[in-house]
Amino acid sequence: MDTLLLARTQFAFTSIFHFFFIPLTLGLSIFTALLETAYVKTGKEKYKQLTKFWGHLFLINFAVGVVTGIVMEFQFGMSWSEYARFVGDIFGVPLAIETLLAFFVESTFLGIWIFGWERLPKVLHAASIWIVAFGSTMSAFWILVANSFMQSPTGYTMPAGASRPELTDIMALIFNPHVWQQFPHVLAGGIVTAGFFVIGISTWHLMRKSANRNGYETSLKFGAIFAFIGTVIVILAGHSQMQHLLKTQPMKVAAAEALWESENPASFSLFTIGDEEGLKDVFSIRVPKLLSFLAYNSFEGEVKGIKNLQKEYEVQYGPGNYMPSIVTAYWSFRVMAGSGTLMLLIALLALYKVIRESYTFSPLTGALLFWSILLPWLANSSGWLLAEMGRQPWLVFGLLKTEQGVSPSSVVSSGELMISLAVFIMLYAALAVTDFLLMKKYAVAGIESGKERVAP
Amino acid sequence: MDLQTLWFIIITFLFIGFFVLEGFDFGVGILLPFISRDDRERRSIINTIGPFWDGNEVWLITATSGMFAAFPEWYATLFSALYLPVMIMLVALIFRGVAFEFRSKRDNPAWRSFWDWSIFGGSIVPALLWGIALANFIRGVPVDGSMHYTGGLLNLLNPYALLCGITATLIFTLHGAIFLTLKTTGVLQERAMNFAKKLWAPATLLCILFMAYTTIETDLFHHLGVNPGIIPVFSVLALISVIFMLQKNAAGWAFAMTSVAIAFSTITIFMGLYPRLLVSSLNPAWSLTIYNSSSSAYSLGIVSKVALIFVPIIVLYQGWSYWVFRQRVTGDSELEY
Repeated sequence: MDTLLLARTQFAFTSIFHFFFIPLTLGLSIFTALLETAYVKTGKEKYKQLTKFWGHLFLINFAVGVVTGIVMEFQFGMSWSEYARFVGDIFGVPLAIETLLAFFVESTFLGIWIFGWERLPKVLHAASIWIVAFGSTMSAFWILVANSFMQSPTGYTMPAGASRPELTDIMALIFNPHVWQQFPHVLAGGIVTAGFFVIGISTWHLMRKSANRNGYETSLKFGAIFAFIGTVIVILAGHSQMQHLLKTQPMKVAAAEALWESENPASFSLFTIGDEEGLKDVFSIRVPKLLSFLAYNSFEGEVKGIKNLQKEYEVQYGPGNYMPSIVTAYWSFRVMAGSGTLMLLIALLALYKVIRESYTFSPLTGALLFWSILLPWLANSSGWLLAEMGRQPWLVFGLLKTEQGVSPSSVVSSGELMISLAVFIMLYAALAVTDFLLMKKYAVAGIESGKERVAP
Repeated sequence: MDLQTLWFIIITFLFIGFFVLEGFDFGVGILLPFISRDDRERRSIINTIGPFWDGNEVWLITATSGMFAAFPEWYATLFSALYLPVMIMLVALIFRGVAFEFRSKRDNPAWRSFWDWSIFGGSIVPALLWGIALANFIRGVPVDGSMHYTGGLLNLLNPYALLCGITATLIFTLHGAIFLTLKTTGVLQERAMNFAKKLWAPATLLCILFMAYTTIETDLFHHLGVNPGIIPVFSVLALISVIFMLQKNAAGWAFAMTSVAIAFSTITIFMGLYPRLLVSSLNPAWSLTIYNSSSSAYSLGIVSKVALIFVPIIVLYQGWSYWVFRQRVTGDSELEY
């Protein structure tokens, strides 16, 4: 196997796995901080118990998020050395700022929070989890600044005769419109993930009639509000992001819609089986004009098709294939948007139950609320798949192709990549199972066990 | 001073932070299986570093991201050259990182023992590997004119580098043993003190041996001049002084001296490198230097401002966290891990 495919597989595998843990960290840190704030304000023991219960689940999740994140920090140099040389002047800046501003704060104050229950005044202890939440959010922000440069480069110049672009305007890098489309979407995705996590586990306990019913009712209340607000923001931000992509990465949108030819007004595909070789539909159900409406808030407007964009790019960038995998882009978009819609409905259902203060569930409602835990994970992963696969063949859009970024095979051989990929797959699989079982153990044990962080 | 030199100093400082701080928690992790008799003791030992290890590890992550931002060619050349060793280090750090959180979550001796050994392996392996890596920086690795590594794994495993790896591991273990005498009480403290006293002689001897080997194997001392200055001398003197302080039960001072020894050894190596980052064994002209590997002045300027503002703030709040958890872990302490 060639090193490019191996390096891509390894990066995709390790980053998707890393991002299994990040959204829950983002959302649950804020959730835990809110609960502890309620404890500080009211002094009620109930909130302390809830803080500890959800906080423990947060920590089990956080541990795997941290260790899989360390891998990412080195991987650009290990298997993508030519990419690192090419973008270091720009991409390295937000990464360094991330560690200095966010990672340090997050890790140090997490230690303080875990061990500080007896040693710090209540307010300071609650402040430390807020600092952790702030650190996680900042961390996500700077990583997205870096990622946005790959999606839609800003703030740089390509000096004549130079082998790499140079940063010329840090503000243009930070205020890259792509950042401000992506950041709210990702952050809200974290809130959604935590919301459904809390809804699912609380519902399970309420159906099981576990001890401390009141605690789960409160959790469900917070969780439903979290999930609802998060889902609304995630959908609005996603919609706005799609409209933005139409301007900066139209190929990604066309691929996500399997829109072969430019259309005006453009139809929206509900279900397409396409022929990727022949670049045409085999079978398709389309809603007329809907894509134009989604794109421009009007039933008119041209959306460019894959073939037209391919021709445009050949003129602009020279001969080559500028089409991403259409099947991947199309289906990842549908899985993401589909689970988003489903989540909105389920969040409304949870909100309805909470507003009615009705905490008994029919088996169907209960199952729906419980299994909805999985939906945010589906949406998060497919969303990133669309973002990264839809950018192909570019590694940095318009500047560097993916095949140009990989470490030379004389330095990192396919044998070495095969070893590391095999090790990562086995290790991460074991981590996933272990983490899941521990999460399950402590989630099932419930709020009452939350007083003890460790097994007796 | 130019920005490249400033960044060379910042990265040296970040590595000092990593070696001094993570050094003692690596040491504690290495000692864990040997110094404890029962589960309560093992938990006490782990809890001495519980609030700190994660924050300590970020020094390494930050040094790495600083290398990427300030000297991308160095970052790219180094980590692709060290592909498998870095991979092994990452696996070790993964095991170690989750072990702290997972270990006491199940009341099963086999489970706990597995994670205890993960902490041991996750501590000794990165300590060894960083020692090996540092020695290779100054000894030189086969890097060609286009900054690409042309060697294999065996180029890195030379006797000189292995000696550095073992020396670094011993010094970290000594550093960790002294840390434990400061953070525990009773029999644990006594055992830690005994370990520290036993570890001192081999650590110091190997350190001196390594310095001697360095004069033969590298141009470090030639590079520093006839009079290498007080820093390398002080790093050895500090290490030698440790035994006297241990004998007087002045563990706090002994800890300060191992910290000085580690910090000054790091400075010595980086001073010997300057202005090079990675020596090419094929042709001195092909070495990576802070000038041929750096980012543009604009990017360096930005990350410099951020680092100069935030590194002191980091030192302050990490210092505060050490002050908050200054008490010893005793037999009746509440244990979180």
